Amino acid sequence: MIKKLFTGSDWVDALKKTGDLYKIFVPVREGDFHNFRPLEQGTKPNFDFYNTRLSPKSIVYPQSERMFESLNDPEAPDKGILKEAAKDYAPRAIVGIRPCDAQAFQIVKRNFDNPEYRDPWWVRRFESTILVGLGCNDPCPTCFCSSVGGGPFHEEYLDVMLYDLGDKFLAKSITEKGEEFLSKVIGGSPADDTALKKAEALGPAAIEKITSTLSSDKLKDKTVTGLFNAPFWDEVAFSCINCGTCTFLCPTCWCFDIQDEVYGKQADRIRNWDTCMSPLFTLEGSGHNPRENKFQRVRQRFMHKLKYYPDKYNNGVQCSGCGRCVRYCPVNIDIRQVAKLMNEY
Amino acid sequence: MHEYTEKIRDAAKRLLKEGKVDTFIGFKKGSVPMMNEPALITDPDKADLLHWDSNCGLNLCNYLTKRTDRIGIIANGCTSRNIVTHIIENQIKREQLYIVGIPCTGMIDPRAIKRAVKFKEILDVEEKDGRIIVKGNGLEESFEKRAFLQKNCAICLHRNPVIYDEMVGEKAPEQQEIESFKDVKKIEVMGSDDKWGFFTRMISSCIRCYACRNACPLCYCTTCFVDEAQPQWVGKSIDPTDTMTFHILRAFHCAGRCTDCEACERACPMGINVRQFTKKLNKDALELFSWEAGMSEDQRPPMDVYKTDDYNDFIK
Repeated sequence: MIKKLFTGSDWVDALKKTGDLYKIFVPVREGDFHNFRPLEQGTKPNFDFYNTRLSPKSIVYPQSERMFESLNDPEAPDKGILKEAAKDYAPRAIVGIRPCDAQAFQIVKRNFDNPEYRDPWWVRRFESTILVGLGCNDPCPTCFCSSVGGGPFHEEYLDVMLYDLGDKFLAKSITEKGEEFLSKVIGGSPADDTALKKAEALGPAAIEKITSTLSSDKLKDKTVTGLFNAPFWDEVAFSCINCGTCTFLCPTCWCFDIQDEVYGKQADRIRNWDTCMSPLFTLEGSGHNPRENKFQRVRQRFMHKLKYYPDKYNNGVQCSGCGRCVRYCPVNIDIRQVAKLMNEY
Repeated sequence: MHEYTEKIRDAAKRLLKEGKVDTFIGFKKGSVPMMNEPALITDPDKADLLHWDSNCGLNLCNYLTKRTDRIGIIANGCTSRNIVTHIIENQIKREQLYIVGIPCTGMIDPRAIKRAVKFKEILDVEEKDGRIIVKGNGLEESFEKRAFLQKNCAICLHRNPVIYDEMVGEKAPEQQEIESFKDVKKIEVMGSDDKWGFFTRMISSCIRCYACRNACPLCYCTTCFVDEAQPQWVGKSIDPTDTMTFHILRAFHCAGRCTDCEACERACPMGINVRQFTKKLNKDALELFSWEAGMSEDQRPPMDVYKTDDYNDFIK
């Protein structure tokens, strides 16, 4: 296990020097919020943030990804033959990922990497990604990671954990992958006892600050049809405007749609994030739509996260408690309240 | 504006009990600071859930489209103007509505408040005597509400509803000497390349979630052009050309109809100033046709009428 201390600027300099070995993603302030961006010339990493507005899921699973390409040229001998588009699997590290977003990758992995199905692109990209977590000293009032199997300093899903000690970062390797990464981050000083003790105290203090919970303990005992036909869905869904904010900001939403697009003589098969909030999501070729009404779509989102997923994988809910949907839903539909309704029904 | 809450609750209770309306649409208090949730009340005993403060920035007219019941609804200036537009465009009938008018002194801009407290986590926001008191861990600050209005509210010229069946209070004094289009003028003087650059940068963070479109009461098409599959007008990836096509076409669809309610910007998870598109069209509508949307039930918007006595030659 490697434990090293860095000052803020040393840490960024050291990360920059790994540039040939890893593509590094860091939180960058963009106006009113932060997002993960590649650490390049001129990038100003900023680790003073609660969480990024967009989750880092797009680093492994881009919002729009060219899957295949073909030539739309009548002269070309291989016209219309689909060939896999070039993909980037170069080693990368997401530095500053919050433990909830790291847990989210594990939740998504059960869908993209299981004995039945294996999504080659998601899997290869995830395998080439190192998750360098940043423990949450100040969880938000909308954070509920500790009631969905995580916590502000939960190490289980990370390769490295960073502790923000105020004047310094303590970087601690967790997995072998993390140890290898840290060994290549040159610089820093060995962690002394004072720093280690300070870091150890951060976790328990942070847990104390979590005020929010998601109730899901009784969901497993409910029947699917019982919850499906529950009387509260109309009321829950009333305010929903059917935008994709909740699903696009969610680190655990994985649904996609496949589209063919033509640019002159080039044809691309593209995979785009989809959102179950849109009526288009289930519109069938015949014109029939099994989820024609808004309440059906809203119900689907919560049933998937809180009932179908737990029933299928027997490994908790499909939510890592980051709270983005709670904070940014334009009409304030709050998963904590919906989970409570379902749990107590 | 807190004092309206009780009056709204009383009105909802009375209307539902008397059977004057089947449903009542208002806001209930949100679960996070500076957020309220649109709510539909059918049971008079639940009318006490209704709430009003300066965080009711979504446009409730959005929830009226093609409803068939009799509805009580609260409306301030911009919402009422969208209701008028809805009536003109046959999305709802005036007879179906009982409008409880709200004299509005503007909504708070949550983003401006967050900036003012340097993005420290806000736990509670209170309003008192024209001031906003913001509290958090080790944080207590007070701001003058007037200085933290939503951008459209700061330049609002129609704070009072244009149609209503009853009012919850005395009409609010309308703002004077407002310069409505300062921002638009800045863009108008740019060269084409700079304009294109400005709008390209502005939408560069768009994630195509369509929150702006869906929060807008004007966007009620059964199938939006971006969702059409046969023919498919716009690509569905985050290609910048497609994203720009969406924004520009959406704005044009709102020409002469937009009331500048700012629901679009409020809904955007990425904080994009999408009103920069619609405001230019509002300015054109005002300058070319002396038109402000939703001010009268008797006049159709300029883009959907043809007059034989039009003063322009090209149309004859």
